[in-house]
Formats: sequence, structure tokens, C-alpha cells
Amino acid sequence: MPNEWITQQGEHVSLHGEWTLRHYAELKRALQQQGRLSSAALSLPGFEGLDTAGAALIVELIGVEKTKQIGEWASDLPQVQQALLIRIAEAMDAQLESPTPRPNRISEALATVGQQMVALGSQQRQLLAFIGLVLATFTSLLFRPRHWRITATVAHIQQSGLNAVPIVALLTFMVGAVVAFLGATVLQDFGATVYTIDLVAFSFLREFGVLLAAILLAGRTASAFTAQLGAMKSNEEIDALKTLGLDPIELLVLPRVMAMLISLPLLAFVGMLSGLVGGAVVATLSLDISVSQFITTLQKDVSVTHFLVGLSKAPVFAFVIAVIGCLEGFKVSGSAQSVGAHTTSSVVQAIFMVILIDALAALFFMEMGW
Amino acid sequence: MTERYSEMPQQPEREEAVIRVQGLVNRFGDNVVHEGLDLTLYRGEILGVVGGSGTGKSVLLRSIVGLKRPNDGTVEVLNQRLNELSESQRSQVERRFGVLFQRGALFSSLNLQENVALPLIEHAKLSRQEAEYLARIKLSLVGLPPHAARQFPESLSGGMVKRAALARALALDPDILFLDEPTAGLDPIGAAAFDQLLVTLRDAMGFSVFLVTHDLDTLYAACDRVAVLSQKRVLVVDTLENVAKTDDEWVQDYFNGPRGRAAQRSAGPTSSQE
Repeated sequence: MPNEWITQQGEHVSLHGEWTLRHYAELKRALQQQGRLSSAALSLPGFEGLDTAGAALIVELIGVEKTKQIGEWASDLPQVQQALLIRIAEAMDAQLESPTPRPNRISEALATVGQQMVALGSQQRQLLAFIGLVLATFTSLLFRPRHWRITATVAHIQQSGLNAVPIVALLTFMVGAVVAFLGATVLQDFGATVYTIDLVAFSFLREFGVLLAAILLAGRTASAFTAQLGAMKSNEEIDALKTLGLDPIELLVLPRVMAMLISLPLLAFVGMLSGLVGGAVVATLSLDISVSQFITTLQKDVSVTHFLVGLSKAPVFAFVIAVIGCLEGFKVSGSAQSVGAHTTSSVVQAIFMVILIDALAALFFMEMGW
Repeated sequence: MTERYSEMPQQPEREEAVIRVQGLVNRFGDNVVHEGLDLTLYRGEILGVVGGSGTGKSVLLRSIVGLKRPNDGTVEVLNQRLNELSESQRSQVERRFGVLFQRGALFSSLNLQENVALPLIEHAKLSRQEAEYLARIKLSLVGLPPHAARQFPESLSGGMVKRAALARALALDPDILFLDEPTAGLDPIGAAAFDQLLVTLRDAMGFSVFLVTHDLDTLYAACDRVAVLSQKRVLVVDTLENVAKTDDEWVQDYFNGPRGRAAQRSAGPTSSQE
């Protein structure tokens, strides 16, 4: 069957035309239609174009050994094209495909489950070990003020604390308003609309102020810590610190942990105030409760214990978020994908831990009657 | 691409320019990197570009391949002015480039054969299976063992990364290959093997090479001509012997300093290939 690339006249087959990547699919089809070519009567008068893809097809056709001796039987072929065919033949002579064992689906699925369980276990162990390491480093530096990294700490306070004030305030303000509306709707049936104030105050002082700020920082700061340390890890900066005899925990982790320990309680306080303001705005505008009445009720009904209960959780959350963010950063290995995977993991873990600890704390405080 | 082999005799055709840079000006703020730079790359040659740190070798490469828009001047690639072309025409021209970045720039989430197969799948519209088959041939062509095809870049040594990056640069059989310090960070044996590989592939595939380097051995082993960047322009561009004779302090220090002489000596017996 005659076409652009292959002509057959009796026993004599000649290849010509453009054997390039652009025509790869058509070439393959033409070769399939041609069937087995008797290589004895093959002639290569020269191609209009030949690249590695075309050359690979030709080598497949005529065999590696015969291609290597191409100079002997296809002398009209331009030198460059001969050289290319020989190079490709040499490349294809090496075994191209390394054998991959065919996996068994069921055993593979079981292995995956097993691997994940082991990974989960070792992750918790690593977290505990890392917490220990951070605390040990902290205590060893406590009485050596020369090793306090004040500048780095302040810079991190600015980034993760001060810069987060607007978003924390806005978010808690809106949730405060929502809680007030919700309370008003439910309490109206009992004629107890005025207890909306207590609802907003209790929920924000004990739970929402600190919880919302913590979740926000878990998303905002834990991810930032992981990405920063991860990029440093893959750039071998952390290895460089170690070889200089410096402690990455002291230089990188403690300033971040300290910054979070300072920022989160302050942000939680901002969250509490802003939530109360949100509730007060709704109360004033749609429930006919004046601002002065709101404040008086607050002073009368809500003891300062609730504020302290709420705020006491902030340092714990801060510590957990910062430690998880840093640990995941240290786990990053070279690839871009790994940075992404560990950033995701750090945010998920941080939020999970924050909510878990909050639930446990709620139980504890209830049992204690605080 | 089609007329390449029929037009190319044994010796590279010196008359036909594939890249013509004229009056190039590059500035970063007040810092002028290039001021009226002219340079021509001919078909089939390996042009080594050298110069001290900060003379804008990489910037020149980036402005030719279109990663940086020059402040003034023209860059003509394969007889087309890049900055006058539309997006799609530009992409057509850029497909005929192969670029090897300084640190390989392999996609870390893909294994080697997927790295090489990506342009084949996207541009040549091959099926994944065919593309990965051709990719394995390319990887073998640059001298990587078969089991490397399924490895990920992070598990490779520096030399293997360079070879794999070369295979990816060669994926679409480019007309022009741009190499940014290909032998930096390789051991001398690996670097020599890379130079050799480059010359053999050039002889077989007939591409032109724009080679930015600091490596004197590479200049002696692989380059047909050498361009020296200095004083914001191309100070001299000629064969290595002629460039080494140039009366310029930097050139003399570079070629006739202790390392230059060593490279010259070691290249002595084989430099007859030039």
C-alpha cells in the first residue's frame, strides 16, 4: 500500500518523507498496515526530516543490530541521519523497561490500611517527642537571657498576632451577632429576650472568643509555619544551621512558639470583646435593649470566672498550634508536593487538636463547677 | 525542522543564523545589565557564553527564551522577532527550544519518564503509553539506566538530575538547546561525560546549543565558538584560540590563569576535534 512514507515495489521497500514526531500517529498506522517488512530489500534513500521519534520507529522496524551497521547498507543516507539512527539504536539496545511486579489488589489495600495505622501511631509519638524537645530546650534557655530571640519573637508576634487582629475581630463580631439573633428567636417564646445578653456573654467568654481565634490561627499561622520551615528544610537551610552548631529548635521553633503564646491570648481577648460588641449591636438595634442595660446586665450576671476559664485555654491552644505547624515543617522532604501535603496535614491536625482539647476542657470545667 | 538534515552538511553551516540578538538592552531599575548587546548563534554550532559573575549571562539566556522582556533591542529567533509575535505564534516558536535550567527544574511530583513525556503528551498529542515509551528512549539516550525512569527527582544525584533535565529539554527534538551552567556542581568525571554526551547528541540530532558556563573544561571539550560577556556587551566572540588571545584583563585572567592553563593542558591532545 503506497503512501507518503513507505513505498513497496515487489520485494523492494523504501522509506522516505518526513519521519518526525508530528506524524508519529500516522507513521505508526502506516507501519501497521504494511505488516512485516522483509528487511533484506529495505532501502533508505534519505529522509526529508528525521527526529528521535521517527528514528525510534525505524529502529523498531529493522532491528537494533542491523541499524548499528547502517553505514554498510544505506550509504546514500546523509551522515547526520545515520548518526542519529545509530545513537537511537544504542539507546534502545539498553533494556528500556525495568520489570515492575504486578501488585495484588487485596494485599495492597490491606498494606495501605496497615501503613496508615502505623503512620498515625508514629505521628502521635513524634508529636509527643517534639513537644518534649521544645519544652526541654525552653527550660534550658529560661535562665540564659542571651539566647532569647527577642527580635524574631517580636517579628512573629507582628505576623501571626497583630496582623490577624482585623480578621479575628470581624469574624467574632459576626458570630456574636448571629448568636444574639439565635438567642432572641428562641428566648422570645418564653418572654425571656433579655437573657440574650447572658447567652452572648457566656458563649463568648467561655468558648467562642478563644475557640474562633484559635481555629483562625490554626488555619492562618500553622500553615505559614509549616511552609516557612518546609521551604527552609528543602533548601537545606536547617541542615546548614545544624552543621554550624546552632539549634534549629532554639532559633526557629521557640520564637514561633513564644510568639503564639503571647498572640493567641490577646487575640482571644479581642475575639471576646468583639463578639460581645456584635451581640450588643443586635440587642440595641432589634431587641430594644439599650447599651447601658447590656453593660449593667453583664456586670450583674456574668462573673469574671467565665472570662478566666475561657482565657486559660488560649496558651494551650497556642502551644499545640505552633508545635504542630513547626513539626510538620520539619517533616517536609524535597518535593513541592511534600510541602503541600504537610501544610494540609498541619492545618487539619491543628484544628482537630484545638477542638478536641476544647471539648475535654469543657467537660473538665463542668465537672469542677467553674 | 523538516529541512534541517537535508540542508546540513558535515560541517555546520556557518551562514545561517538561528538566533540574532541586536542592540539588546536590559535594565533592573538603575542597574544596567546589557547595553547594546549583539550576538548571533549559527545553526549546528555550540556557542559557549562566559563572563564574570553578574555580567548577565543568565539574563541574556532568559531574554532570548522569552522569560524576560528586554528593555530595548531585538531578539530574532529562527527568523522571527519574538516580541512581535502573538501568543500562539510565540508558543509555536518556543516549542522549538529546549531549556536546561541551572538546577534542573524537574517537576518534583512526576517521575522521570513522566517529566519527559509531559511535553510529548501536551504538544505532540501522543497517548500516554507512546509518550512514555519515547521518554524512556530519551532517558536511555542521555545515558540513564532503565530503572531511573520510574524514580522521582528527589531521589537522584546531581549528575542524574542534569541528565534527566537534558532528556526533558530534548523531548520535542528542539532546534535550539539552551543550557544554563549544565556542569556546575558535577564531579569532573561526570562533567566530562556530560560534555561528551552533548557533542555526540549535537552531531546526531543537529541542534544548535547556547551554553552558559563557568567551566573551562566544557569550553575546551564542547564549544565551537566562545562569546565573552563583559562591560554590558559581548566583548569578543570567536573560536577559543582567538578569544584566548584577546587583550583584555578579564579574558587573560580567565584563560591564562592557573585553572585556564590546566584546562588547556588537559584538553591539549583532543582539541584537534575543533
